Amino acid sequence: MKPTRVPDEWFKWKEKNLEIAETVSRPSLSYWQDAWRRLVNNKLAMTGLVFLILLAGMALFGPKLTPYSVNIQDLPNQYQPPSTKHWFGTDNLGRDVFTRTWYGARISLFVGLMAALIDFFVGVIYGGIAGYKGGRTDEVMMRIIEILYGLPYLLVVILLLVVLGPSLLTIIIALSVTGWVGMARIVRGQVLQLKNEEFVLASQSFGATTWRIIRKNLLPNTMGPIIVQMTLTVPTAIFAEAFLSFIGLGIQSPYASWGVMADDALGAILSGHWWTLFFPAFFISFTMFAFNVLGDGLQDALDPKLRK
Amino acid sequence: MLRYIFKRLFIMVITIWIIVTLTFILMVSVPGSPFNNPDQNMNETVRENLEKQYNLDQPYAIRYILYLKSVVTLDFGPSIKKPNDTVNDLLGRGFPISFELGMVTILVAVISGIILGVMAALWHNGLIDYMAMTIAVLGISIPNFVLAVLLIQTLAVNGIFPTARWESPVHMVLPVIALATGPMAIIARLTRSTMLEVLTQDYIKMARAKGLSPWKIVIKHALKNALMPVVTIMGTLLASILTGTFVIEKIFAIPGMGKYFVESINQRDYPVIMGTTVFYSAFLIIMLFLVDLAYGILDPRIQIHKKGGDQK
Repeated sequence: MKPTRVPDEWFKWKEKNLEIAETVSRPSLSYWQDAWRRLVNNKLAMTGLVFLILLAGMALFGPKLTPYSVNIQDLPNQYQPPSTKHWFGTDNLGRDVFTRTWYGARISLFVGLMAALIDFFVGVIYGGIAGYKGGRTDEVMMRIIEILYGLPYLLVVILLLVVLGPSLLTIIIALSVTGWVGMARIVRGQVLQLKNEEFVLASQSFGATTWRIIRKNLLPNTMGPIIVQMTLTVPTAIFAEAFLSFIGLGIQSPYASWGVMADDALGAILSGHWWTLFFPAFFISFTMFAFNVLGDGLQDALDPKLRK
Repeated sequence: MLRYIFKRLFIMVITIWIIVTLTFILMVSVPGSPFNNPDQNMNETVRENLEKQYNLDQPYAIRYILYLKSVVTLDFGPSIKKPNDTVNDLLGRGFPISFELGMVTILVAVISGIILGVMAALWHNGLIDYMAMTIAVLGISIPNFVLAVLLIQTLAVNGIFPTARWESPVHMVLPVIALATGPMAIIARLTRSTMLEVLTQDYIKMARAKGLSPWKIVIKHALKNALMPVVTIMGTLLASILTGTFVIEKIFAIPGMGKYFVESINQRDYPVIMGTTVFYSAFLIIMLFLVDLAYGILDPRIQIHKKGGDQK
């Protein structure tokens, strides 16, 4: 049987529709605009972001809202329940829990942000060099990372603090000594993937220096995973600070930090003074929650593969 | 495979050696001797004799060699602040209790985490999913020591569970819940996401087309592959449970190793700090090594002997 031909009259000449060709079906968005749009749609992540902004505001201005100072003791007024005079009550030494909570927020946010920033600089430089240089250099640098990665993080931090003595600065130093390893691994992995792309070759052929290529070509393309890693470093650091203060190695009483307040409150809860524990505990937990959901949200928003 | 094991063993020994050396350097760099306490008003001769007894009068090189010897022979010497106990006594008394607490915690965390994760994946975007993930996010966000204190306040003060000590299985309930919630949450989230991925794969469709019952598909086909990432993070979870025991043992007055460790830190009892740190680190590093080996055996696709393998 002969193959039947499709008759010509079935086809219709379609005019080129210039109007439709020129319409833009969706607005052109840069990578960051698109990421922001997707982040805004993520309700949980936005809750976290709003909470963190409020918390930062209260950390700055909260202590000024009360007539009390952080460390002023007022023994006759110990264990006052929350009232209009003391919004969050008072603790075992009559100190105002509201004022101390926001001082604690300052410490926690400061430790978290500093740890994340130091991780960022050390990790990006180390990982960038290892990934870009490759070969021998990479081999040696990764061996060092492998060994550092095997060290138990909190144990090393505890050891360092025993020697350096507890203070805000030493906590940040101790947290940064091994904290950057995760960031360095992520940056190296990304750089390894990116360095063979053509735009890097183009830069190289123009004679750009290594540092310039890392800074201008490689880093901007790795920013997504780096930002996610930073948001997830912050809660780890906040937890570590609270944990260390709680076992007596962090910020020392009378200075307020959420860990110190929880430690001070340990004796008080059995006698029913719940507010001394509730407020620091609530804010540690909610801050960690906020950073975690924000990190998750950013991970989804910054991943170009998930673009809809 | 054998070459890989040797290579890992070598790295493991180096890591432990670094920890040992690091503890030594840090401990000698602490200013003053532990007997140089102005409050104690100690006689000069007594102090010199005491320092002699703990070899504190020797040069650093000799002390380092003595210290390495003590680590290799697993004899960490006497405690400074508790003269009747050696560090080994403390470890021998504390470790079994901490080990028991840790093992029960891991079992509880793994089993409940997997169940929660699988349920969330099976009823994806349903009520159970949201509930399970809410529990998981809370579990990740609430620090274990905060949870412990909250549990005491709600469940122990009114006498449902004992507040402290380590005597019967009932005493275990609260410490184990406080310690296991965080790891459980991490396992649940991980299981859920890998399970969701596995359930869309062709071989699951195939099993369904064959007419296998849904439970058989989940348990026999999907779960096996969904659990590999859980094995990978076991090392990290072990580390967090281990450090978690420090505070949990302090809060619940459990006479385990963590309690001695925290005590020794507060009293600056250097032999005990050094001994316990080295012991903890070595234990953890060996566990990480075993987890890695288990991973290689469980997943035949992993070619661990490949040169320059990039584990990410």
